[in-house]
Parts: sequence; structure tokens; C-alpha cells
Amino acid sequence: MSQSYNRGLIEDFGRWKEFSAGMWAWIFHKFTGWMLIGYLFTHIAVLSTSISAAGESTDVIEAQNDIYSTTLQGLEGLFLIRLLEIGLLAVAVFHILNGLRLLMVDLGIGLESQDKSFYASLVLTGAITVASVPTFLTGVGI
Amino acid sequence: MSTQQAEPESQEAPEDPAMKGAESPAAEEQKGGGMVDEHAEKAAELEGETVHIKVFRYDPEVEGKQEPRFDDFHVPFEKGMTVLDSVMYARDEYDSSLTFRHSCRQAVCGSDAFFVNGKQRLGCKTQISDLEQPVRIEPLPHQEVVKDLVVDMDHFYDQMHTVEPYFQDEDTPPVDDLEEQRQSQENREKIKMSSRCIWCGACMSSCNIAAGDNEYLGPAAINKAYKFAMDDREGEEIKEHRLRILEQEHGVWRCQTQFSCTEVCPKDIPLTEHIQELKREAVKKNLKFW
Repeated sequence: MSQSYNRGLIEDFGRWKEFSAGMWAWIFHKFTGWMLIGYLFTHIAVLSTSISAAGESTDVIEAQNDIYSTTLQGLEGLFLIRLLEIGLLAVAVFHILNGLRLLMVDLGIGLESQDKSFYASLVLTGAITVASVPTFLTGVGI
Repeated sequence: MSTQQAEPESQEAPEDPAMKGAESPAAEEQKGGGMVDEHAEKAAELEGETVHIKVFRYDPEVEGKQEPRFDDFHVPFEKGMTVLDSVMYARDEYDSSLTFRHSCRQAVCGSDAFFVNGKQRLGCKTQISDLEQPVRIEPLPHQEVVKDLVVDMDHFYDQMHTVEPYFQDEDTPPVDDLEEQRQSQENREKIKMSSRCIWCGACMSSCNIAAGDNEYLGPAAINKAYKFAMDDREGEEIKEHRLRILEQEHGVWRCQTQFSCTEVCPKDIPLTEHIQELKREAVKKNLKFW
């Protein structure tokens, strides 16, 4: 037998239109998982900058005039940051809901409706995200 | 599996507008032109409804077929026609070099698993009228293509044998004492679905964990192990031995519950469910409360 032909990428993500519900659930779960890990480390880094700000006098901190408070308030004033916050919420909510779905799968409950539970977690994520928009966008300057 | 070596040309092949006709330009060069006209004529002659199929062609031993391509065939439609019927017609009437495996034609032998319109299906079990045309017929993904629709199944069979797919007894009694080993009805029901496997390899081909991890046992092999591990007639020790094979690094824990295998299995075996159950068995075996 001579060498056989390797179809390479044609077997992988190039086929995304043909992916099934379970496959998408897996991809989204991985993606949101990495996003949350990325956020976690960014979050820790940002929080740790408060240590240098803590050197300020109590009055300054209470008046929220220290570098940490002003920087964060400045960031919160940005429309882009508010958008990212909504995105973070969506990512976290989906990861939680699909995590529950996977817990059910691990326990062997309702495996035949695993695709429906994936769609349900997508819809719920969408609904919660949309419902959160007014809260996240109050008092933001563009 | 070395799926990393991407061949960009191959990805374009299905979209290539030049391939959309009732013939393939490459075939023309290869066969000196006569072949293609014949195709077109035959297609024109056909009265009534025809089915348009696009079949993956590749043969490393034939010049002009070393570059994979899709050939178009227009096959007369008959009620009840399966995907296998259509490729058989194409082979018998248009191009005798078209190669694929088939045998029983009734979804028992497991020879004719193809990648049809982006999904692993048994050619003989798939009604062509259920599919969107043109029907794209390709060899199973994640397996090396030997020729046309024929893939190398060696690795799949190796994985199947890894789980020792045969009944084992702790110690076989002397010949005179041998007697029928009866199974309870409940136990038979439990392993019924798992015993339906026909070794077609569709599940393994659909699993992208198996594609990335060559040592992963894969759904079919794990299902086969399930059949024996759950069989009450095998002793406790054998069951433990089976679980030891399954709970290895490349065993049940590699499954990430994408349900791809369950979705493509032509015999409707709940593969993911079986894998999950074995995971729980493996945990139970190792859990100690003291």
C-alpha cells in the first residue's frame, strides 16, 4: 500500500457548519472557561494595585481621591468597559448553566435531551444578559 | 493521528466551482477524454428523476488522482434508493474505478460508513431522498484515506482489541463440567444496546477527542468493554481488570461528552451514556470511605 492522503484541516474547524449541539456546547464551554481564567488573573492584578494606593492618607481614600479609586472610576466611565462587563456576565452565566448541564450528564440524568438543555442554557444566557443591560449601562458617558 | 499536516488544496476542493458540472476535468485528462462525454451523455439520456452525488476521489497510485477531488455523478433515482445504491450505480455504470467497501447492504456488516453531507452515516442505511442535493460522499474523517472512500481501519481495530472484546472467565472448568452460562433477563436488557455494535467506525471518526489523541480508546471500544464489564456472568475480578484498562489516562476520562458518537451511531447505541456509566463505575471502585 502506498502512502495515504491526509485531509488535514478539512476534518476540523472548517466543518463548523456541520457541528452538532453537543459539539458547540463543548466549544463554548472551553471558550468561556478560558475567558473566565483570563478574567480571574486580570482581576487579581487589578485588585493588587490597591496595595500601592493604600499608602495614601485615610482622608484621601475616604474621599475616593486615591489613584486606585480614580483609575477604576475612570474605567467605569468608559462605554467599552461597560460592554466588556456585559460580555463577562454572559460568559459566566453560560459557563454556570452549561456546567450544571454537564453535571447532569455526569450523573447520567437526561442524556437523551442533552441538546435541548444546551439550547436552554443558551436562551437563558441570552435572556439574563439582555436583562442586565440597563443595569450595566446606567450613567455611562460615551 | 497526524491531522496537523494541513493540505490547503483539499479544503477548497468541495467549493471549487469548476467541479460543479456533471464531470470532472481531472478525469478527462486521465482517461483521454472519452469517459467524460460518456458521463454527460448518459446523464442526458436518463429519463425521470436523477440524484446528483459528489464523490471524493483519491488514489495515490494513479496519476491524475493523487490530488484529491470530487467527481459528480447523476444517478437515476429509484424509490427506496440508499446512498450505497447510488455509489454502486455510479461504479457499475460510469466509473468502475470508484472504490468503496460494502458487503451485506442491510446495516449489519458495518463496511460502508461514509461521511455523507457532513455526517458519518452508513451508506446502506441512509435514504438518499432524505438528503439535500448534491449529496456529498466522502471517506470517514480522521482516518487515513487509502483510496476513494476506503479508509485505513487498522487503528480502529487495534483500539477495539485493546479492551479484550471477548468473554472471559476466571478459570475455565474442565471440559466435562462445562455448562451453558445463563444470563438474567434484566442483565440482557442492560447490555442489549451495547451488543449492537457493528464495528463500522462511524463513532470513532466523529469523535474529535479521538482525532487529537491517538491513544484514546474511543467510543466503540469503550462500548465494547461496557458490554462485558456489565455482563453479570463475568466474575468480579475480570470486571475489575476491565475497569483498570478503562480508567487509564486514555480511557473513559478522555470523553468530554460532546455526544458526537451517540449522534452518528447507525445502530442507535447510547455511547455517551455507556461511557458515563463506566466513569461512575470507575469512581465507585476507587472511592473509599474510612
